[in-house]
Amino acid sequence: MSLHATTSQTVGPYLHIGLTWLIIENLVPAGVAGERISIEGRVIDGDGKPINDALVEIWQANGDGKYGEKGFRGFGRSATDDEGMFRFHTIKPGRVPGPGGKLQAPHIAVNVFMRGLLKQHVTRIYFPDDPANPEDPILALVPADRRGTLVAKKVAGKSGALEWNVILQGRDETVFFDC
Amino acid sequence: MSQIVGYRRPAAGTQPDYLFPRYASTVKRAPTQPLVMLPQTQTELSGPVFGYGEVKRGDHDLTKQHAGDPIGERIVVSGRVLDENGRPVPNTLVEIWQANSAGRYPHRIDQHDAPTDPNFTGAGRTLTDKRGNYRFVTIRPGEYPWRNHYNAWRPAHIHFSLFGQAFVQRLVTQMYFPGDPLLAEDPMFNCVPDEGARNRLISSLDWETTIPEIALGYRFDIILRGPDETPMESRKS
Repeated sequence: MSLHATTSQTVGPYLHIGLTWLIIENLVPAGVAGERISIEGRVIDGDGKPINDALVEIWQANGDGKYGEKGFRGFGRSATDDEGMFRFHTIKPGRVPGPGGKLQAPHIAVNVFMRGLLKQHVTRIYFPDDPANPEDPILALVPADRRGTLVAKKVAGKSGALEWNVILQGRDETVFFDC
Repeated sequence: MSQIVGYRRPAAGTQPDYLFPRYASTVKRAPTQPLVMLPQTQTELSGPVFGYGEVKRGDHDLTKQHAGDPIGERIVVSGRVLDENGRPVPNTLVEIWQANSAGRYPHRIDQHDAPTDPNFTGAGRTLTDKRGNYRFVTIRPGEYPWRNHYNAWRPAHIHFSLFGQAFVQRLVTQMYFPGDPLLAEDPMFNCVPDEGARNRLISSLDWETTIPEIALGYRFDIILRGPDETPMESRKS
């Protein structure tokens, strides 16, 4: 039997009613091993204005590069505020296998939903100065001058703090994936 | 169980593009650069699991969340969650939200001049059972105006959010009601060229789930992307 997947529709402007019961901005229960990090950023539209009605979801492996292990689910959900900000407190994921069994650099998968998107944006967060980035098989598929949009930036003076933005259009437009 | 090697690509015309100018908000939010094709890796082939503890047993009944009964026509909305291969998707989170019977959301940005209902929030959630079945009890949502174009009205609809078992199965969609004359004019409903795909967003009146003298039943089956069942290895041999 072969069916067709149901057509995607926008999450609309009232997503908070149905989806913010499950806001998970802190992914790390007490006692979980790993390098603590925080990721903050903004979602910005084609006019350079912050988007206050976006939902950002993340999916990641634990510090050992394993998905869905007991004690660390690896799922986060944050709704942007009036400044377009979202935020997560988590751990840096370990490396997971990629195409052909070659290890990927540490990364976090991201879905972004909002009014004006008939289907979600799919993107990724990579980590600054990670020695595995130059050999990552997915980053290698991205035009070199756009790779930087997928790599978070260190926030000066704050240990473990990272900034990563979702720019919807323009010169610094974030790389979005088709998967 | 064979290892999943990847999920099928959507059939032509069945999923929307990002830019769809009839829906005005897409213009400043759709990508202007080409998308990058992403091979499905372990990251995309896995996904979060939710359970009871987060979803409470009564969360599927939107008519019982407050002291009194909400105003409106009580309905049962149910169906199955399957993948494209027809296999049930069990124990997966289904979240819904909707306007009240007057077409109003209890949301700070909804300025539509229609009454809110103190007995209706309009949010529900449940987990599918082992056969992929879900069921909600709610009230029929009202139509409401929006500012996409002159005299724009949304058809009655219920928003659905589903996770499935893999990151690539994540789906947000909307369910519509049969016979709604507003569907023909709605940019969101008409965002894909495939008529069959559009019509699958419309629920059907269902006598089997209708509760006599209590509530009409509407059936809405949801299909998530299905695994490609021809493993690379067997193609080679």
